[in-house]
Amino acid sequence: MLDIEIDGKAVQVPVGSTIMDAGILAGVYIPHFCYHKKLSIAASCRMCLVEVEKANKPLPACATPVTNGMKVWTRSKTAIQAQKGVMEFLLINHPLDCPECDQGGECLLQDLAVGYGDTGSRYREEKRVFVNKNFGPLIASEASRCINCTRCVRFTAEIGGEMELGQAFRNDHAEIMTFFGRTIDSELSGNIIDLCPVGALTSKPFRYSARTWELSRRRSVSPHDSLGTNLIVQTRNDEVKRVLPLNNEQLNECWLADRDRFSYEALTSEQRLTTPMMRNGDDWHPEPWDKALAFVSSDLRAIVSEQGGQALGALASPHSTVEELYLLQKLARGLGSENIDFRLRRSDFRNDVACVGVPWLGMSVVDVHDLDSILVIGSFLRKDAPLLAQKVRHSALRHGLQVCTIGPNAENWRMPMATRALVAPSEMVNTLAAVAAALASISDKPLSGKLAAKVPAAISDDARAIAQSLAEGEKTAVWLGNLAEQHPRAAELHLWAQEIARLSGASFGFVGEAANSVGGYLANAVPTGKGLNARTMIESPRQAYLLLGAEPDLDFADGVATMEAMNHARLVVAISAFDSPALRQVADVLLPLAPFTETPGTFVNCIGDAQSFEASTHSRGESRPGWKILRVLGNLLELPGFDQDDFETVRDEALGGGFRGRLNNTIGDVPEAAPFEARAGTLQRVADVPVYFADPLVRRAPSLQKTADAALPVARMPSATMAALGVQVSNKVRVTGTGGAVELQVETDENLAPGCIRIAAAHGTTVPLGPLHGELSVERF
Amino acid sequence: MLSQESLQQIDREIAKYPPGKRQSALISALRIAQQEKGWLSKEVIEFAAGYIGVPPIAAWEVASFYGMYDLTPVGRHKITVCTNLSCTLSGGVHVAEYLKKKLGIGFNETTPDGMFSLKEGECMGACGDAPVLLHNNHRMCSFMTIEKIDQMLADLERQ
Amino acid sequence: MSARGLILAGLDGDRTWRLQDYVARGGYEVFRKILAEKTPPDTIIAEMKDSDLRGRGGAGFPTGLKWSFMPRSFPGNKYLICNSDEGEPGTFKDRDILRYNPHTVIEGMLIGAYAMGCSRGYNYIHGEIFEVYQRFEEALEEARAAGFLGQNILGSGFSFELFAHHGYGAYICGEETALLESVEGKKGQPRFKPPFPASYGLYGKPTTVNNTETFASVPFIMKMGGKAYMNLGKPNNGGTKIFSVSGHVCRPGNYELELGTPFSELLAMAGGMRGGRQLKAVIPGGSSSPVVPGAIMMDCTLDFDSIAKAGSMLGSGAVIVMDETVCMVRALERLAWFYHEESCGQCTPCRDGTGWMYRVVHRIEHGEGRPEDLDLLLSVAGNIAFRTVCALGDAAAGPVQSFVKHFADEFEYHIENKKCLVPPAVQETGSQIYVSQPC
Repeated sequence: MLDIEIDGKAVQVPVGSTIMDAGILAGVYIPHFCYHKKLSIAASCRMCLVEVEKANKPLPACATPVTNGMKVWTRSKTAIQAQKGVMEFLLINHPLDCPECDQGGECLLQDLAVGYGDTGSRYREEKRVFVNKNFGPLIASEASRCINCTRCVRFTAEIGGEMELGQAFRNDHAEIMTFFGRTIDSELSGNIIDLCPVGALTSKPFRYSARTWELSRRRSVSPHDSLGTNLIVQTRNDEVKRVLPLNNEQLNECWLADRDRFSYEALTSEQRLTTPMMRNGDDWHPEPWDKALAFVSSDLRAIVSEQGGQALGALASPHSTVEELYLLQKLARGLGSENIDFRLRRSDFRNDVACVGVPWLGMSVVDVHDLDSILVIGSFLRKDAPLLAQKVRHSALRHGLQVCTIGPNAENWRMPMATRALVAPSEMVNTLAAVAAALASISDKPLSGKLAAKVPAAISDDARAIAQSLAEGEKTAVWLGNLAEQHPRAAELHLWAQEIARLSGASFGFVGEAANSVGGYLANAVPTGKGLNARTMIESPRQAYLLLGAEPDLDFADGVATMEAMNHARLVVAISAFDSPALRQVADVLLPLAPFTETPGTFVNCIGDAQSFEASTHSRGESRPGWKILRVLGNLLELPGFDQDDFETVRDEALGGGFRGRLNNTIGDVPEAAPFEARAGTLQRVADVPVYFADPLVRRAPSLQKTADAALPVARMPSATMAALGVQVSNKVRVTGTGGAVELQVETDENLAPGCIRIAAAHGTTVPLGPLHGELSVERF
Repeated sequence: MLSQESLQQIDREIAKYPPGKRQSALISALRIAQQEKGWLSKEVIEFAAGYIGVPPIAAWEVASFYGMYDLTPVGRHKITVCTNLSCTLSGGVHVAEYLKKKLGIGFNETTPDGMFSLKEGECMGACGDAPVLLHNNHRMCSFMTIEKIDQMLADLERQ
Repeated sequence: MSARGLILAGLDGDRTWRLQDYVARGGYEVFRKILAEKTPPDTIIAEMKDSDLRGRGGAGFPTGLKWSFMPRSFPGNKYLICNSDEGEPGTFKDRDILRYNPHTVIEGMLIGAYAMGCSRGYNYIHGEIFEVYQRFEEALEEARAAGFLGQNILGSGFSFELFAHHGYGAYICGEETALLESVEGKKGQPRFKPPFPASYGLYGKPTTVNNTETFASVPFIMKMGGKAYMNLGKPNNGGTKIFSVSGHVCRPGNYELELGTPFSELLAMAGGMRGGRQLKAVIPGGSSSPVVPGAIMMDCTLDFDSIAKAGSMLGSGAVIVMDETVCMVRALERLAWFYHEESCGQCTPCRDGTGWMYRVVHRIEHGEGRPEDLDLLLSVAGNIAFRTVCALGDAAAGPVQSFVKHFADEFEYHIENKKCLVPPAVQETGSQIYVSQPC
């Protein structure tokens, strides 16, 4: 520890601290613009100049290391003079447009100008002006306001993982720009809005819609990916105007993914369902709640009494809250049905019998920093869980974490990658087995039980390299991603991943598909005994379906089969925040559901944190929190245990005293399944669920839908496959799956395993193909 | 995009640096590309960035920072006149004025026939030879006089 | 070329830059000797310290001391960089060294690399002297072919790879950390210090950066011994120094003199004032050093200490001589433009302040000055100097402060009378293109 005296306050700081660190510890505020705790030090704005004993000039607090016995004055005459000088320079080229600037009220320059600026300017010449840039649909540019702190530039390189912005030219013509007007396409791009200390970068969707001081702030939790990002939802007049990060060092730090930041736009979508709707033939009518619920309860009761409880299937979105999921399963079970599931995009459920606990990440998020090696199996990690990917990236960039992947996809994750075993879905199990075999020989440990017999004859160099990396690392992890979970042989992937983790001493777990992928298990929203799962409920159609927060065409493993099954049901009750043609096609009743900003609730994230939140606004129109809808329905059905007064009671009932002991990724013997091999003449489908198609909310967020990540799905193939088919980029092909055929434009993707075709899921244009996995035939159109 | 010869030159530059430090050759790569293409268009910069293996914006930062890169088309002969203090004490400004009059163009302009462009330069580190100018970035012309300028222009026009 | 001196001595012939010419002048002898005798690195550094050689690039930091900062037992590459990014207005010595005596730089770098344990080096050459860069590449080829560079040099077990790297039009790259950024293929934006290059330099590895003339002096120091070299000059100002004389003299050029030589002697060597006109002012150490009125300069000797006493700096030894025909406002306007143009744009005071200073000087020169402008200029300059990441801020402020201090009457005359104290016709006579030798 080092002793330092700062403005007369003595503090002790760790070796390696800067004067800025010491100031933060001592509670002494040192003005600054370019310094940011999460970014590299630039020391270029010079606002943090302070006086240091024995130094012949003022020194930047952000970059000056503390030495033992150092004395610092941040408000001495020398320091103030330096700071005021810098402020004057910053203001000479800064426009005086504060009254119309969105940053007003939260502008660091405005705030500090109060303390360090003069009442008038000595600068009489013309101010330097820059042309505004088009950074895309999310970020507005007012380039002349820029003070060249370069926080945004450093963010894209250091946190986003790819330098998308730069500071071009020099002297006072130095200008922040992208390469020849490119848009900023990072899935984390919105953070530069928060980072910009002035109004040079502001939120395009929020622009000119409110003054920041008029906004109320509510804590919330992101309903999208499995990280459980903490949010500040800002509202005015009971309407969400903006979403900002709530700092949580254990999870999202001070960052937000763009999905978390901009999905609020969907809350006011024209497709919001704001009143219960009932079908009358092909017509739909708004109805009061009591009538709609009375219809639902009487029909449900009739079907159950005629056909038994097993005639009912309950299917919920994994983005639903614990309370919703809990009451839904309670209602289904109360009606005598064990058919309940929330794992809608899965196709292999053999794990259900082979697993003992609730699958989770298997480690804390902060521990990712200390990993030496990680194997990510079957994942589109960067887009599936942008901030979890950021943790991996950070560790890879700063600490040399070796990142290995196995799967059919090897798209750019914007981080250094060690080994990427690019194999078709049908080869994934074998590749994992090869890694396990290589590990067994490196570590001189035997493979467990029956697995030894299943080791492939040949072990690829990639498999060997991955094994080597895991064997050499002291702290290692094996993660199964969304593609692995949705894989037709998910259970075997799980089993082999467990074996790899055992042999290498790695931590082992699942990334998790959605905000409540862990919570759904804890709420018991999974079948037991002879109950049907999400797949078998569709394969063996039910008479009645209760659908919670999910869209039948877009949120299931096979949209075609799901629509078909529900079309033939006697009763489909959809509890949904949004109306949609597909819902109208299959449903008999639409009950308006309050989305996450309008309901209290709880999500349990991938590391097993149960995070509860209150509603940020009232429910829109006649929509109601899901837990209340289900409670009333339970009462109407005269089921026991539906008398909770508040969501906390439901939550406590669902999660009990403690649940951490239930988090367990262990898998036992997996029942055999039919072999999975590619047929000649077909291509294996690789289906990503694009970040802005993944759930009903993001699908309806207009600004996100204008980004590159929301581009229309195409058929991606390696050039060798394209050549074999005789097609070229921009050609159209007819792709046929078990569900039907679609026409798609062709794009080259060299980051795809041979024999594969990558076609995005969860989009209307690709739904007719049917299942996410399997074989497709492709012909030139 | 670039000729085999240019690529070989870039490869030679890359070989000067330790493994994994290809970016060090970026300044040379852009110089070589400019020598071949005459100026640095978006496509050329993007190609050079890709060849070196840096994001295009990193190459743009460099191209826009160093004064000898041309980010817009220039004439076949670019003449850069030093007008800094030492050269000006010995007539650098007069050299520039004479060239402007003779060519009928100002700084950062190109003659209509595309033959000559004129640029104002900063110190070239040859003040003892003042006044100096550069022809196409790489050939320094020293102790310029009216006669020598006339001769130089005549020679260049004949080329 | 001067007959006196060390580095420039004997360079009068037709072709002086080839390896065979250098060897004929005794080149590479001392390096061979060091390798043969396995001279301990500490001995070399001690000699360097004894020589009182101060860096010839401008800052004048003692070279031996700088070399001693390099960590001894560092695993992995250490780098040695020669700074030939000579772009300081008035300075043109490194160009001549590299044109006529490139091997002395290579030999100096070899000795430095041997002493500091560097395995790889780069010579960073100003982009505008591209022909010199090409000649230096040829010299490197010669040295490689002769076995002076590469692996296991002359069978000694010592290895050193040396390459040339060129700039492409950015004065700031002469600043050593900007230069390192530039070698890394980035914009030349200086790094904040600490950490210094000796601990975090090129690619984050220990690095020493010295000026061309500094390296060129090394073989001579090792040949004659540190003390003898020092005695050529005087304590704290050891050895000889190349002075680049430009401006209003009859014979501009490089003159290598013992430090401590009277300025008047240098002026005489450069042929005296052009046209026999009066000496008005001298910028003694490159454009970044404060201007000194002629009368004061005539009393100075050419060494770090004497010029510092006169309120300026020996700097790079670039002596810009100005006669009575010079309008000091116009001269400052050009320098202010230069610093504005060359500001890297990174840190606030320099990025926004240099343009402001230029605009104020510009309006004074163009008859739009205001009475408060001189105070404003000094205040703005004061807010830039010593507040920036690198010394360019100080360099930009220095001329403004010194011109206004020593020639306030000219500035005031401009502001009051909207015209120059020196009539335009007179200015013309001083700065005409010299058609024939006017002396």
